Amino acid sequence: MAGAIDWLTADSPASRLQARAVRIWAIGGALMRNPLAALGIAIVLVLIVTAAFAPWIAPYPPIGQDLGNRLLPPSAMHWMGTDELGRDIFSRVVYGARITLLIVILVAVIAAPVGLIVGAVSGYFGGWIDRVLMGLTDMFLSMPKLILALAFVAALGPGIENAIIAIAITAWPPYARIARAETLTFRNSEFIDAVRLQGASSGRIIVRHVLPLCVSSTIVRVTLDMAGIILIAAGLGFLGLGAQPPLPEWGAMISRGRSFILDQWWVATMPGFAIIVVSLGFCFLGDGLRDVLDPKQGGKS
Amino acid sequence: MSFEPAASPDAVRAASGRGAFARLRGPAGSALAMVLTVALTFLGLLAITFFIGRVVPIDPVLAVVGDRASTEVYEQVRIEMGLDRPLVVQFFSYVGEVLRGDLGMSISTNRPVAEDLARVFPATLEMATIGIVIGVGLGVPLGVWAAYRQGSWIDQAIRVFGLAGYSVPAFWLGLVGLAVFYAGLGWAAAPGRLSIFYEGLVPQVTGLLLVDSLIAGDMAVFRDAAHHLALPALILGFFSLAYIARMTRSLMLDQFGQEYVTTARVKGVPEWRVIWVHAFRPVRVPLITVIGLSYAALLEGSVMIETVFSWPGIGNYLTTALLNADMNAVLGATLVIGAVFIVINKVSDVLYRILDARSR
Repeated sequence: MAGAIDWLTADSPASRLQARAVRIWAIGGALMRNPLAALGIAIVLVLIVTAAFAPWIAPYPPIGQDLGNRLLPPSAMHWMGTDELGRDIFSRVVYGARITLLIVILVAVIAAPVGLIVGAVSGYFGGWIDRVLMGLTDMFLSMPKLILALAFVAALGPGIENAIIAIAITAWPPYARIARAETLTFRNSEFIDAVRLQGASSGRIIVRHVLPLCVSSTIVRVTLDMAGIILIAAGLGFLGLGAQPPLPEWGAMISRGRSFILDQWWVATMPGFAIIVVSLGFCFLGDGLRDVLDPKQGGKS
Repeated sequence: MSFEPAASPDAVRAASGRGAFARLRGPAGSALAMVLTVALTFLGLLAITFFIGRVVPIDPVLAVVGDRASTEVYEQVRIEMGLDRPLVVQFFSYVGEVLRGDLGMSISTNRPVAEDLARVFPATLEMATIGIVIGVGLGVPLGVWAAYRQGSWIDQAIRVFGLAGYSVPAFWLGLVGLAVFYAGLGWAAAPGRLSIFYEGLVPQVTGLLLVDSLIAGDMAVFRDAAHHLALPALILGFFSLAYIARMTRSLMLDQFGQEYVTTARVKGVPEWRVIWVHAFRPVRVPLITVIGLSYAALLEGSVMIETVFSWPGIGNYLTTALLNADMNAVLGATLVIGAVFIVINKVSDVLYRILDARSR
């Protein structure tokens, strides 16, 4: 055990693998020393575990009606009560974790690389390419995200896939800005010149040498954006444009509960708590990650 | 709901960049640069709405002629509607129509979309304006307080409160607000803008009920309108408050670390003067950008709140149109909200440059 920790905290790592492990260990340690970040990690882990093991965690099936037990208040049998079709709300919230996680991961996987590439190309080449790409980025940045997402979903048709595409289309510009700013700081540094003199193509330089250096600040930003993505997705679900019934998407569940809000408050409120907790978790984690990975921005916001 | 575009400090920094027109200097140059970027951004917005209008799986010709029309009739209508022209030509004729104020007809209200939007916009404007007044009125003092007591429990409380602004869905908070304050405590009014028996009593001048009822001198209507406005505006205000307090705190912290603040204290300047006169003065300029961004975000955020509170504004109009697949209305509302959003964004950016001595 002590040997493993020595290996993880070595001042002069002997291999690339060890260097990475040392860095991850240091980041993890710094995160765990920050109570809010540790709470964020815990919440995100709970989300992932819940999504992975939903069938074992949920006491009832998420779909399927039980009209004899409709609109029951929270109790020992049904921790969050039941909805208008007698479905156990806790079980639906548990299964809903899968949908939320899917949306968040897919949006990040689509939007972050697009933004990274646009920003790195823009910063690396400069000149008119930079002006055109950044003009486009600024244009998207100064447009209302939610409204654009709404309009895209209206055109593509309601559904969870289209909601994900619409959110991703509106989510990439901040990553392009970050990647460009990072690229500009080391575009003229010697290691880039060295690679270029070895005959590497621009594409190779960007992919192998520029992009990896932009990753850590992008990860920070993506984590901070997660809360916003979850809220937009839930908003689309609430308006009936995201996941369609009977899928247990949290926003759509709130929308179903809207008709009962005055008498059966739990139908609409319970899924909302899930959204809040998960969004807060990503906020805490993102804040903590920023303090660790990107100290120059710390305390600025 | 997303208050994200405004919510990140990056957005503020990005908004303070000079962008593509960096060579234009001075207040006049800034204003010119603003007009150019606003025009370009608006053209981009038009390109997006045009593109969305093309992507829609509904064939606009079929909607006119019906599925039983013969190929000849179909072709003829297609040519009449100008859909055989190259896309670029169609785009510029679309831009021309929009600039003339022609947004097409709404299939659900059977009226020109532009007329509908002019009718519903004041309701949104009224709610968002009261919301931003609440957000600034509470958010700025809270942010200053948090910075002054950095690290104390009050700072932590304001921080958590601010994070809640990023994590609570607005439509959910609206529903909970209705359940607690309307159904539970009976403090808030029912959803809607006025009680039924007050509707249509005051002549419409500005479309802002608070103003119109004062002009008519009808205090009962004024009180009723204010009563209906209170809860949605408070909820909307909460989201801008969260962001404004967070930004004010970080701006004030930058000032408190400066030597001139220490100098003022050493000279015996009273503490309230140090805070509000010395330290706050340089913060006012960047705060304008912050407030502008959050006002724009509020207009956008009101979409969800309006849906929950049956508020007859542009957000409600947009969501109703979405559910009816009324594309002209959807695109028209998107254009108007987008245009207002862009203009507020850019105006606050230019104000920043004109007022900030360092950027001259």
